[in-house]
Amino acid sequence: MTQATMAHGAQADTTAYNTGVIKSFVVAAMFWGVVGFLAGDFIAWQLAFPFLNLDLEWTTFGRMRPVHTSAVIFAFGGNILIGTSLYIVQRTCRSALWGGNGTGYTIFWGYQVFIVMAALSYVLGYSQGQEYAEPEWWIDLFLTVIWVIYLATFVGTLVNRKENHIYVANWFLLAFIITVAMLHLGNNISVPTALFGGGLMKSYPLFAGVQNAMVQWWYGHNAVGFFLTAGFLGMMYYFIPKRANRPVYSYRLSIVHFWALIFLYIWAGPHHLHYTALPDWTQTLGMTFSVMLWMPSWGGMINGIMTLSGAWEKLRTDPVMRFLVSSVAFYGMSTFEGPMMSIKAVNSLSHYTDWTVGHVHSGALGWVAFVSFGSMYYLIPVLWQRKSLYSMRLVSYHFWIATIGIVLYITAMWISGIMQGLMWRAYDELGFLQYSFIETVEAMHPYYVIRATGGALFVLGGLIMAYNMYRTIKGDIREEQPFESPEAYPAGARR
Amino acid sequence: MAGIPEKDAISGQSTTGHEWDGIKELNTPLPRWWVYVFYICILWAIAYWVAMPAFPLGNGFTPGMLGYNSRLGLEKDVEVAKASHATQLQAIAAKSVDEIAADSSLRQYAMAGGALLFKENCAPCHQSGGAGAVGFPTLADDEWLWGGSLADIQTTVLHGIRSEKSADTRVSEMPAFGDMLKPEEVTQVAEYVKAMSQGKASDMPGKQLYLDNCAACHSSDGANPVSDGNPMMGAPALGNNVWLYAGPGGEMTVDMIAAQVSKPKHGVMPAWAGRLKDEDIKMVTIFVHSLGGGQ
Repeated sequence: MTQATMAHGAQADTTAYNTGVIKSFVVAAMFWGVVGFLAGDFIAWQLAFPFLNLDLEWTTFGRMRPVHTSAVIFAFGGNILIGTSLYIVQRTCRSALWGGNGTGYTIFWGYQVFIVMAALSYVLGYSQGQEYAEPEWWIDLFLTVIWVIYLATFVGTLVNRKENHIYVANWFLLAFIITVAMLHLGNNISVPTALFGGGLMKSYPLFAGVQNAMVQWWYGHNAVGFFLTAGFLGMMYYFIPKRANRPVYSYRLSIVHFWALIFLYIWAGPHHLHYTALPDWTQTLGMTFSVMLWMPSWGGMINGIMTLSGAWEKLRTDPVMRFLVSSVAFYGMSTFEGPMMSIKAVNSLSHYTDWTVGHVHSGALGWVAFVSFGSMYYLIPVLWQRKSLYSMRLVSYHFWIATIGIVLYITAMWISGIMQGLMWRAYDELGFLQYSFIETVEAMHPYYVIRATGGALFVLGGLIMAYNMYRTIKGDIREEQPFESPEAYPAGARR
Repeated sequence: MAGIPEKDAISGQSTTGHEWDGIKELNTPLPRWWVYVFYICILWAIAYWVAMPAFPLGNGFTPGMLGYNSRLGLEKDVEVAKASHATQLQAIAAKSVDEIAADSSLRQYAMAGGALLFKENCAPCHQSGGAGAVGFPTLADDEWLWGGSLADIQTTVLHGIRSEKSADTRVSEMPAFGDMLKPEEVTQVAEYVKAMSQGKASDMPGKQLYLDNCAACHSSDGANPVSDGNPMMGAPALGNNVWLYAGPGGEMTVDMIAAQVSKPKHGVMPAWAGRLKDEDIKMVTIFVHSLGGGQ
């Protein structure tokens, strides 16, 4: 083993990795990604043109919105996270999946069933009414079983490793799996109404009032922190050095920022409840921990971007690398904006406005989706053992179309959100509020149209990627001169 | 696995000697600026904890040196805001709408307050600036179903139209003439009303039907063949081409008029007494009166 790894993994690695299930996860992520982006753009147009609610209960914004958020976070993000985590843990431990294809496909199909149940339940009107935790108690219990199998599989593979040390990506991935389990259990403690003669499907949370709100945002913020940050940082720590073919910038930084991030994130939730019935001391806690979180977050950005030192030309020559590095840049931007918005004085302007929506999407589209796209573009030729992607030109098109989409989206939401916040607090010289609520909505209309247009570009990028992926899996390679010529580093060549 | 650290030619840093699936790590020290900014954030947090409410203590919490309390702060803000409006609101409470309208500074204040109240409460039906919509009268013109004086408008706002919530609401309803007239007679009346609205009323078959059945309410003297309306009963003028059920600027067709004659729609406006304060209703009255043509 020592000899094999020391030689850059160039020697034949005889481990029989379970890659079939990883392929399934990647395909599912692509499918749900397109579904989730489409749902999101649909509701974005609904906000601009309300008749698109279609006067049908199933297609109203209220039901479609959780379909969108769950589809992109849990279906797209979840599939790519579980898929890549099970790939990374195998490769960096040189150990096949614990439980092999049995556990692998149980997780895969169980997770798809969870997604379909959740989406159908929202459309039919079942919801716990807690943001990002909408599924009712029976779906929650089902997911718990699947998640425990996932945790066991990941840890089992880790335990079976043939390396002395555990790679940093696996720290982040394990933190993600454990913390999400804890959050899921904590925020979904609810009482089915059936116990008191009510309907079987419905439940109410055990906690009431401000305590329930606090538990919800402890969950909600750490869904961002551990699902959308720690998990995707784990992906970043594998795919960026792999694609750049450079060592990780700083081992020490990875240790310090990992523990700082894990410790600080869990306290930051109360910043979602500034200026509410939540006690002042709790708001202080949320705000100060959010500000302290700035540098630990940037530690990940530094390690991601600086890993490219010595290989900067790849930004020019490799559109896949460009996806990965841009994602880290968006991550840096969002993790500066987040602590800033958690400061109460800023929050008093930004809270409840579109600024929050823009902030979320700079992280979700720029960071989460881009790092996923980059990782998938790397992984697809590797998994299906193709010489390269079908077309690098399509990757370039995808990158620029999606980037323009994101820029339109977040700038529209900045302007709209700040304008909305300023209009809400504007007084005339006689001491009356200057604007009614409906006037703020009218003023936001053009920005809603711009946002939905940006979203449409993002959807288009996703469709281009799905096509590229389909042709690659089919085994086609397009005869073309890549825009970034010469293509310095063909995908998957190192294998 | 632990191997031997090697020097990376590009960065000059050593690796840790670890390697996973071909990935190595450099042992680069923490960036100085990163460490310092992190320390500054931590120090700032500690200072904030000292200054502000920060830590739970059983039933209470550490209050912080600045004694900040968001609840007391809010109460104070509300008191200051109330105090800044007290003089004018007291004057408005004490005076009638006509007196307020005659006092130029108070009128200006009532217009500003009424404008906001209108946008929050009235615009959803009557539209921005009182432009009106189908079934919701335009307020920015000088046609008034129930009277356009300040006192009339105040009464309408206070008690609403056919509102279940007020005993003093305006109640009159047009009878369903479909039960009383033959279908062809309804059509004749509708044709006559349509012609009247265009200033072309003549001795048409519908004229006598109009005088017998409609003029009592729709004409102020009860006998005029061209309707000028009767605000006492909310009976609109029909001779002016302003149509409640066609929307602002729209015209009702003969068929639409016939339908309304046969089986009239009766709009409802909520009584705002009890929902808005009396001072607010006075302000909104002054504002509505100013929109197009208060009488």
